[in-house]
Amino acid sequence: MRETMAVEAIENGTVIDHIPAGQGLNILSRIQVRNSQARVTVGLNLRSGGNGTKDIIKVEGWLFSEFDAAEMALYAPNATVNIIEDYQVRKKFPIGLPAEFTGIFDCPNSNCISHTEPVATRFYVREQVRPIQLTCHFCERSFTDSLFTRNG
Amino acid sequence: MGLCMTNPLYRKDIVSISDLSKTDLELIVKLASIFKKQGPGPYLQQKVIASCFFEASTRTRLSFETAVQRLGGSLIGFSDGANTSTKKGETLTDSIHMISSYADAIIMRHPREGAARLAAEVADVPVINGGDGANQHPSQTLLDLFTIFECQGTLDNLSIAFVGDLKYGRTVHSLAQAMCHFNPTFYFVAPDVLKMPGYIEDGLVAQGVTFEYVSSLEEVVEKVDVLYMTRVQKERFDPTEYMHIASRYVLTADMLSSAKPDMKVLHPLPRVDEIHPDVDRTRHAYYFTQAENGVYAREALMSLVMNEVIEELEYA
Repeated sequence: MRETMAVEAIENGTVIDHIPAGQGLNILSRIQVRNSQARVTVGLNLRSGGNGTKDIIKVEGWLFSEFDAAEMALYAPNATVNIIEDYQVRKKFPIGLPAEFTGIFDCPNSNCISHTEPVATRFYVREQVRPIQLTCHFCERSFTDSLFTRNG
Repeated sequence: MGLCMTNPLYRKDIVSISDLSKTDLELIVKLASIFKKQGPGPYLQQKVIASCFFEASTRTRLSFETAVQRLGGSLIGFSDGANTSTKKGETLTDSIHMISSYADAIIMRHPREGAARLAAEVADVPVINGGDGANQHPSQTLLDLFTIFECQGTLDNLSIAFVGDLKYGRTVHSLAQAMCHFNPTFYFVAPDVLKMPGYIEDGLVAQGVTFEYVSSLEEVVEKVDVLYMTRVQKERFDPTEYMHIASRYVLTADMLSSAKPDMKVLHPLPRVDEIHPDVDRTRHAYYFTQAENGVYAREALMSLVMNEVIEELEYA
């Protein structure tokens, strides 16, 4: 039951699959922040199972670690990461939420000291509440995850 | 306290009330009581304390500075951010680096949330948070705890009503969090729009603390040991709405007839009109003593942070 590949296969790299449709560009922007030279192919609104749609991202020449993948977790908590070597899937793992995010998101509190000082932002992930909340290390405020992912 | 035991607050940064354990809180309260009775020892002799108020706050600054001087310490610093190099564009990080090389401890207030946490990470000496924006003001909570202990003889198993603005008042948030160590029962008396924030309620539920919203002050007066009043800011309401709200959240002397004899009324001050002046003459008024206690609580805090061993606690 082989389907036609909507995006060309890669030799070595990472395929992030099952990204909720609409979140692909947010993840792409995170990848570009990390490495603006990364060679990336993006598929948006691809068919996924029954009537669902998904986004998919292929990154050539960069084998994601679980740490690399973790920062995408707020955008695509159910995505899977496939590590490709020599056109074969060598490793597959779900994106998992890290205990904290460092230097990734700006604090939504405009009066937080992190906006005016040369420091990396830090947020602690509070998974035990729904929706998930991130608590700022500096201003101690908690924010729901949508505040971070809404505008990419 | 065992002999020669290092006190757990020695060289600790005091940034947030959540950094302090039950033991820490009890030590501070105990030492504040001793200092109030017999005066403080010379626990800051030969020490230079930087009092850095990047934002003006007369009450907090004067009570901290009084505490430092009574402990024999000397002070450097500034009382607002207007004439500091911050105005020239220096980062807080750089300012704190510099100040930390001059002083033995830094007391600071800053208009931005998180400033004290950042300073504590930059400084080599202890940082005491005197208020960071709308976030934390731990020394206010310590003086509140000391005052409650003083007027009730204990911190355990007390019933406390918080009245007024419970949404924006960081004082009530921190005090509620700190009291959670002592098995309290809370009553919240606030307009719907000024209820306790969800994250505070979640924290209370997680710690098994009993709390209840009641719609009027009269309902709780007879039930509580402490009535903690706060100011409802007029500007948050239109004038008619404010009149209506004020009538329900203003305490007058005649409302206190059913109160327990030892019930005390606290308020972080300044008050506007939420406590009628006729309450001042009742046995329940305790807010001026509370303000005075700010000095003793800060003396206790500074002594514990700057000294490994406190004699009074060893022999108390």
